[in-house]
Amino acid sequence: MATFDVHPAEMQSAAPARRLSQHGRLVLVWLVLATAPFLLPNAYWVSLANLALINLILIASLNLLMGYGGQISLAHAGFFGLGAYASGILNVKYGISPWMGLPAAALVAGLGALLIGIPALRLRGHYLAMATLGWNAILVVFFTQLVDLTGGPNGLLGVAPFSLFGHALDTEMKIFPLVWAVAFLVMLAILHLLRSRVGRAVRAVATNELGAEAVGIDSFRTKLVVFVLSAAMAGVAGSLYVHVNQYASPETFGIAPSIMLLVMVAIGGAGTFFGPVLGAIVYTAVPQVLLDYEDAELMLFGLGMLVVLILFPGGLAGIPAAIARALRRKAS
Amino acid sequence: MSATLLEVTGLTCRFAGVTAVADLSFQVKAGEIKAVIGPNGAGKSTLFNMIAGVTRPSEGAIFLDGARIDPLPTFERARRGIARTFQNLQIFREMTVLENVMVGRHLVGRATTLTAMLRTPAVRAEERTMAEAGMALLERFGLAGRAHQPAGALSFGQMKVLELARALAGAPRLLLLDEPAAGLPHAEADRMAQTIRGLNRDGMSVLLVEHNMRMVMSLSHDILVLNNGRRIAEGSADEVRSHPEVLSAYLGEEVEDA
Repeated sequence: MATFDVHPAEMQSAAPARRLSQHGRLVLVWLVLATAPFLLPNAYWVSLANLALINLILIASLNLLMGYGGQISLAHAGFFGLGAYASGILNVKYGISPWMGLPAAALVAGLGALLIGIPALRLRGHYLAMATLGWNAILVVFFTQLVDLTGGPNGLLGVAPFSLFGHALDTEMKIFPLVWAVAFLVMLAILHLLRSRVGRAVRAVATNELGAEAVGIDSFRTKLVVFVLSAAMAGVAGSLYVHVNQYASPETFGIAPSIMLLVMVAIGGAGTFFGPVLGAIVYTAVPQVLLDYEDAELMLFGLGMLVVLILFPGGLAGIPAAIARALRRKAS
Repeated sequence: MSATLLEVTGLTCRFAGVTAVADLSFQVKAGEIKAVIGPNGAGKSTLFNMIAGVTRPSEGAIFLDGARIDPLPTFERARRGIARTFQNLQIFREMTVLENVMVGRHLVGRATTLTAMLRTPAVRAEERTMAEAGMALLERFGLAGRAHQPAGALSFGQMKVLELARALAGAPRLLLLDEPAAGLPHAEADRMAQTIRGLNRDGMSVLLVEHNMRMVMSLSHDILVLNNGRRIAEGSADEVRSHPEVLSAYLGEEVEDA
């Protein structure tokens, strides 16, 4: 059932500290990222950095579910949308602050996952993928048809930005620290979870359900918890997205982005902690690079993904290990 | 006389017209090693799976310490103190050897999804004690040197030992062993027998399904012999060995090399 490899080298929880610990690396990466607004040439680039960090929350949370939990979800963009619309509608229709909208978005997306998870997680592999795909399609219908609430195909307009002490975080530069901090907290929460009995149970269920049940792990409950948690994190990303862009429209949360997110988990390296960082960079940057090729854009994107996954089945995060292996082979 | 730990009454299992286990009743006393033997197809595995919670009995009941457990799923039985190993190994290959044992301590831990994400001081302390307890177990079983390697890199014999260590990590009351010697060379099988005897001396109750007669005869306090899903004999090694029905069931072959 676990279609995506879990790479043990990435997750040696109690391994002797040979090099920098995973925590140390995370902090280091985030300190480097903090310099982005000062180094990037203009606001457009900073907007891409914000988008990349939001994408990172999406890909990292999906990686928790797929890479570590062994479950395939094709509804991740749908949960992203649930969070975006929940936070956006609360703000536009009821004047509720984005700061309240953020946890509300997590809650709504989590509930959306609970609703489909209870029946769907009894299914395995392809059936679960299809059930979640159907759920995403239904959500898009809601986003499009509930015009009074969502604005329908025209999108949800007039969403307020986050504000701090009466000061609106309404430019790319001003909002960056918040997106940066939330993305860090999500990554930290995932790392902490993986290094606990809960995270080990998640991975155990993914690798061997029979063995997991034998040591007292309720595999269904474990799958449900990680599914709901992953969706709640996508909801957080949705809330950030809607208040950063001050707008949301249904096509952002459709099946196509759900599939792309899943591919990005694989491209980055499913079941590796830092793989999603690479996945998020690719997901955000490649469309920009290919902008000039217009119609050929998707085709080139697809081709590139095929090449990466054929050459490096472990994703981009697996490249150093793959090269080391190749060198060893040559040496021996 | 020690108390009854596991009691099976009138247990029957039918698959599509075939009766794999028929009206079987027996007990495992606290602190004893009980073995179930029988020729291929005798119903040993079906019996084992019914006790572990993998197969549903058609009739009958299973009690652990007087409480009925047969309607419970596998993980609930583990929570009540039944740990098991598998004949064809169900270890977490991609996880490290230490992590495998730590998963075995799942029931001992208290961290929840929320406290784990926040990494509260309690969770931090739990992780430390879990890793220490896991290492202590690995040391006891001679696997400490491999603690940080993926479990899939171990030899078959080491995996069997690891699975036993994982089962013990949750501090069970009853250990179900499904052919612990299967696939092991003589020396390793003997070492496994010594390990099981050592565990039993420390008070562990064991129910064992095994083909290796040497192991069964040398280890068990009590042996249940099945044939065609029915009990044909039950008693000590000597009693079972000389039982005429047992001899005919085995055609005198396997029992002799015991």
